[in-house]
Amino acid sequence: MGFSPSREWREIAARYRLEASRCESCGRVYYPPRGLCSVCRRKSIGAMKTVNLPRRGKIVTYSVIHTAPLKAFEGRTPYVVAIVDLGGVKIQTLLTDCEPEDIKIGDEVEAVFRRIKEDGERGVIHYGTSFRPVRKVET
Amino acid sequence: MANTVGIVGYGSYIPRYRLKIEEIARANRADGKTIIKSLGVYEKSVPNYNEDAITIATEAARNAIEYAKISPNEIGAIYVGSESHPYAVKPSAATVGEAIGASPWFTAADLEFACKAGTAGIQACIGLVAAGIIKYGMSIGADTAQSKPGDALEYTASAGGAAYIIGSEEPIAVFEKNLTISYTTDTPDFWRRERSRYPEHGGRFTGSEAYFKHIINAAKRMMEVVGRKPEDYDYLVLHMPNCKFPLRASKILGFRLEKIQPSLEVVKNIGNTYSGSSLLGLARVLDDFAKPGDHILMVSYGSGAGSDAFSLEVTDAIEKKRGRTKKVDDYIRDKIYIDYVTYLNHIGVIIR
Repeated sequence: MGFSPSREWREIAARYRLEASRCESCGRVYYPPRGLCSVCRRKSIGAMKTVNLPRRGKIVTYSVIHTAPLKAFEGRTPYVVAIVDLGGVKIQTLLTDCEPEDIKIGDEVEAVFRRIKEDGERGVIHYGTSFRPVRKVET
Repeated sequence: MANTVGIVGYGSYIPRYRLKIEEIARANRADGKTIIKSLGVYEKSVPNYNEDAITIATEAARNAIEYAKISPNEIGAIYVGSESHPYAVKPSAATVGEAIGASPWFTAADLEFACKAGTAGIQACIGLVAAGIIKYGMSIGADTAQSKPGDALEYTASAGGAAYIIGSEEPIAVFEKNLTISYTTDTPDFWRRERSRYPEHGGRFTGSEAYFKHIINAAKRMMEVVGRKPEDYDYLVLHMPNCKFPLRASKILGFRLEKIQPSLEVVKNIGNTYSGSSLLGLARVLDDFAKPGDHILMVSYGSGAGSDAFSLEVTDAIEKKRGRTKKVDDYIRDKIYIDYVTYLNHIGVIIR
């Protein structure tokens, strides 16, 4: 087994539902969620609230991956890893349903639920959120 | 006294990639124009490599919740009907429920009845809601349909799904008399054995003894029970393995062409989404066609074989809820064409 099912399981809320945590003391939002605010520290005890990030945002920057770091991502190259701004919170994510040459910084993207990786043919399939460009379609 | 039960929300999802029927014909050294003429299907939807029945079901479920404007934790049951569940053992419905925020207080199960497992889930939800056991139930039909390269199924087997939220509060359409009728027999017209990658089928046997017998019997009995005739219905939605079968069935039942036309646009443009097929057809009718007071007859079909029939009356609430989420046509239009080789890569035949 390459991945620990329990480690992936602990991240389900953030991966499936874009759950983040907001410090009620200073308003900072953390993704993935944190139990304590790294700025307010003790003041944030009991003041971290679960919030859902917006499901639409914009590409801040991106990188095209030609050499996969994990076996699970081989065969998908070239693929795109991007930093996406979701209402002021910037998260790292995979882009999907597009070719690297079709995207540019500032493009609008939407969240979609996707397979992220699987542990071979017999292992657990890990799901999560990827983002894809919002396309203007003719009506 | 049982609660009056109806559809309180629904949502669709269709992958972005398309393969033209002519391109499949080219790969098989067949005449594309003849095949399009015989099937009435022009192109089919293809899943991306990271899409499966769970991801499709989740996207459709999210849209259904947006449409119904309910809290996901009010959903007491989630059923996912599919013949392409990613796991042999591990429920798709549990992942969908977790992704949409319905966990942990709901019952869940994966259903399989070829192309009609999604409507079988709706029937279970009708019962639970009518009995007052749950407030809302969700049933989803979603598939990434498998077909062996070179098999006749390849021209139509596609990907997509639709989710329906069943409940009593502010339904956009009610099930007349809280009823549903099913017609089921043991008919070996299409099957896939455990551990087989692709289904097998009985060729021409899939016609009169399979599709037509079950659809027509279920439709006729439903009309008898609610006391309606074909002319009392505004829309007819049938399972759509291609364009030809539902058209012929509608003629046999005595429905005028324009009543089935709106749903047929789905199969013409994206092919047969198996468990999603009749549910996407109904979604397109509800999206832009059905008006308050209209009546819709929907009959699904699943090989093996059975049909589930529903007689729906559209309510005023449809005008209020319409347009809250993406429509079937939004997904049909949002497309990227791929060639046959890229298709083989998407469905995992070519693995790098």
